[in-house]
Amino acid sequence: MLYIVDRRKNPTGKSLGNRQRFMRRAKAQIKKAVENTIRSRGITDITSGDQVTIPGKTLKEPGFHHARRGGNRNYVLPGNKKFVQGDRIARPQGGDSGAGGSQASPDGDGEDDFQFTLTRDEFLDIFFEDLELPDLLKKSLKQTTAFRNARAGFSVEGTPANLSLVRTMRNSLARRIGLRRPKTAEVRELEEKISALQDKAEKRPSGKLTKADEDTLHGLLADLEEAKRRMKAIPFIDPIDTRYNQFQQIPDPNTQAVMFCLMDVSGSMSEQMKELAKRFFMLLHLFLHRRYEHVEVVFIRHTSRASEVDEETFFYSRETGGTIVSTALEEMKKVLKDRYPTDQWNIYAAQASDGDNYSNDGVKCTTLLAEDLLPKCQYYAYIEITDEREAEIFAAAEGETALWKAYAPLASHNPRFALKRVTKASDIFPVFRELFAKNRTEARV
Amino acid sequence: MSTKAKTDDTPAPDTSKLLFTSADWDFETLKSTYDAIEEIALNELKLDVYPNQVEVITSEQMLDAYSSIGMPLMYHHWSFGKRFVRDDVMYRKGYQGLAYEIVINSNPCISYVMEENTIVMQALVIAHAAFGHNHFFKNNYLFKQWTDAEGILDYLQFAKSYIAKCEDRYGFDAVERVLDAAHALMEQGVNRYSHPEKPNLAVELERERERAKYEDETYNDLWRTLPQPDQGDQDMDELKRKMRIEERRAQFGLPEENLLYFLEKNAPSLHAWEREIIRIVRNIGQYFYPQKQTKMMNEGCACYVHYAIMNSLYDKGLISEGAMMEFIDYHSRVVFQADFDDPRYSGFNPYALGFAMMQDIHRICIDPTEEDRKWFPDIAGNNEPVETLKEAWAHYRDESFILQFLSPKLMRDMRMFMIDDQNTTPHLEVAAIHDDNGYRKVRRSLARMHDISVREPDMQVVDVDIRGNRQLYIQHTEHDGIRLEKSDAQMTLGYIGQLWGYGVTLQAVDYETGEILHEMSYTPEDLAGN
Repeated sequence: MLYIVDRRKNPTGKSLGNRQRFMRRAKAQIKKAVENTIRSRGITDITSGDQVTIPGKTLKEPGFHHARRGGNRNYVLPGNKKFVQGDRIARPQGGDSGAGGSQASPDGDGEDDFQFTLTRDEFLDIFFEDLELPDLLKKSLKQTTAFRNARAGFSVEGTPANLSLVRTMRNSLARRIGLRRPKTAEVRELEEKISALQDKAEKRPSGKLTKADEDTLHGLLADLEEAKRRMKAIPFIDPIDTRYNQFQQIPDPNTQAVMFCLMDVSGSMSEQMKELAKRFFMLLHLFLHRRYEHVEVVFIRHTSRASEVDEETFFYSRETGGTIVSTALEEMKKVLKDRYPTDQWNIYAAQASDGDNYSNDGVKCTTLLAEDLLPKCQYYAYIEITDEREAEIFAAAEGETALWKAYAPLASHNPRFALKRVTKASDIFPVFRELFAKNRTEARV
Repeated sequence: MSTKAKTDDTPAPDTSKLLFTSADWDFETLKSTYDAIEEIALNELKLDVYPNQVEVITSEQMLDAYSSIGMPLMYHHWSFGKRFVRDDVMYRKGYQGLAYEIVINSNPCISYVMEENTIVMQALVIAHAAFGHNHFFKNNYLFKQWTDAEGILDYLQFAKSYIAKCEDRYGFDAVERVLDAAHALMEQGVNRYSHPEKPNLAVELERERERAKYEDETYNDLWRTLPQPDQGDQDMDELKRKMRIEERRAQFGLPEENLLYFLEKNAPSLHAWEREIIRIVRNIGQYFYPQKQTKMMNEGCACYVHYAIMNSLYDKGLISEGAMMEFIDYHSRVVFQADFDDPRYSGFNPYALGFAMMQDIHRICIDPTEEDRKWFPDIAGNNEPVETLKEAWAHYRDESFILQFLSPKLMRDMRMFMIDDQNTTPHLEVAAIHDDNGYRKVRRSLARMHDISVREPDMQVVDVDIRGNRQLYIQHTEHDGIRLEKSDAQMTLGYIGQLWGYGVTLQAVDYETGEILHEMSYTPEDLAGN
């Protein structure tokens, strides 16, 4: 009596509940570990290695056990090589190697740090916890409004414009064959035969056909009548033949986003400041990448002129010149108009600058932003990178840069616009969090 | 199913009888292989087994069952998730293979086999688990006495849904708090001497309902308003106090070594569902108690059976030489014993020791030496190895089995020696080796190592200050000056305190002198201020 049961098809992930409880239990530690990883590792390889180590103590499952050492005990070991009774062995120090092993518990790693692998999703979930881009509700993945038509087979009803001729005729032909509807050629043949016989009768002196021909003619006439009746009764195309092409409205998720990186590359931006900006851009990119299937990045750098460049040039080549921020905004507006229609793209922009601007340019920037760019963007973030030393001075003097002064009023009444100051690498993450924090009313400056 | 041999020019061995010729398996070969194995197990070895149910699972499911203490149905708890995460990493990195099988002591006896296994492995697993372990489960006195193979799966189902319901109703945190505490005390949650009642689903459900009903019916808000008696018992004279202590001990059934049972019945502030959860953990702990005491014998029995069956299959020409080689490879890896100075050494391998002892008994029965006749006059040369073994499997546990059957030859073969580790001396001493002077000492020491009452600390609830601050007194009897692991004990004490709801004191008492060696206490946070 054997029962073999194939359990392989059983729902998998039975241990998911346990894993979730485990994650919940170690939540604080895992989060800390993840944050450490992010800080120490540099943002480029944030998603590559996802192993985290958390202190074993939090996950300890204690119980009453005997201590491994102390007291008087004796035990048996296998594999004697040279010992005889009465031999003395130095007590092994530390660890549980060698002779101490008999007391080693199988769960001996209780005290050690616990190392395990988070899935990429879990890792990023923790990384992005309670972080949400604003206004995602409006154009988020779920509530996307774009639809496209996709063929969805055939239906028996529809508009004449969608009539599928091939299908309809195929059905019609099949039905006509099935019901033996006489073909037009057959009818014509009958008529020809009849008229031939009638001609024959006229040619004869009596004007009449022979008896045999007479019978044939009658038969043919009857056939013709029957054929005509059938043709009438069985229509060439019947409503049941018609087929219509069917289309379905398939929601076309707005799965693409474009991210504009705007940066001041004039002489006043040091390499270190650019590095900070880069981190910010990358973090934003990572976040968008998680939200959208396809993310494009447009790099616009500016001095007193602005141009769209590739990533390498953007970060690593230097330019000299003054600083006119509005040129960059103009450029962005142009690129938007040319390549990224708002109904197909989610638009995000991040601008990094040290805050310098040509003094008369502020108004123009504000106007451009308020009227052209912000209505199209999901989000526009401005981070101002300041030197640590400068930051102190500013803090003391309440000094504000030209750009900050111009932007600040805009930010106060536009929830899609945020501005932040960053001074060192460790500021990036908190700033990022604050920028995109779920509850932005508190986060905004 | 038999496969026709390919006709070849060279005289090939007769392959027409082979059960299988390729490494892959399908359900048909599995069935026919099972039948052949069953034939040998029932008719040649005359094993007595529960009906078998073989379940094919994937490696993920194996990991899953593995981390839920080997049970197919288990309630959710983070510690199982932790184990899964750890085993998963180990498995993926190749540090650790997966168990080839898991077998559940139930009726029908359920064996899990992995789909990745080759057919040779499946045959090995069926012989090992579905007949070896199965026979042991059905016949060993400890399993007969302590576990209920019929009801265990139903009970686990009940436990799982009950705990899930509690999580819904009282929240994850509340349930986790009780489970954590109960898990910490699982080893102290078994009845060691008296018969435990066997869990029965219908009765459990009924009892649970009654408990809730009783609580509803007897609820009276007045009780809450009663003034608490607050004078201690210091004004009573000596005799009266002693009597009170006796009375109290009788009232609580003290001393009580089953800490979980005591807490379930007597903790003042637990809710009914919390008591039920403690009871579930206690029942599961009890279910595993025999397995802990017979690990070595159980594995030895299963290894002996699979070794006998596979050899018999080969002798009958049912499996090929190649399959036999594959089997021997697996087998020798399973019963490998590392020497004490080997980096791989981590204690005695229960498979190795068990298998060696079973084979040794087999040898003593069939081909005894003069020494064996002296040491084992009852069984030496009785020519009934399987019957002798079955007798041993039924009536012994690891400790008594070693004490009874470990032979001098095996001690020599495994080159066992005994270390004496005295606290007072700076060095270890080799107290005995595998020679005439040492055999009995080594054997006694090895048996003690397998004695659960020596391995696990001796803990008891001894007193409750019922009229005062409700302090609970737990006693650890120290044998040979072996203390408890301190930080663990402190944490566990905290868990007891959580369940008990009031202060707990742990006293270490010397076994010989009865004197209190040291103490540690736990005071719940909400009481700490007062």
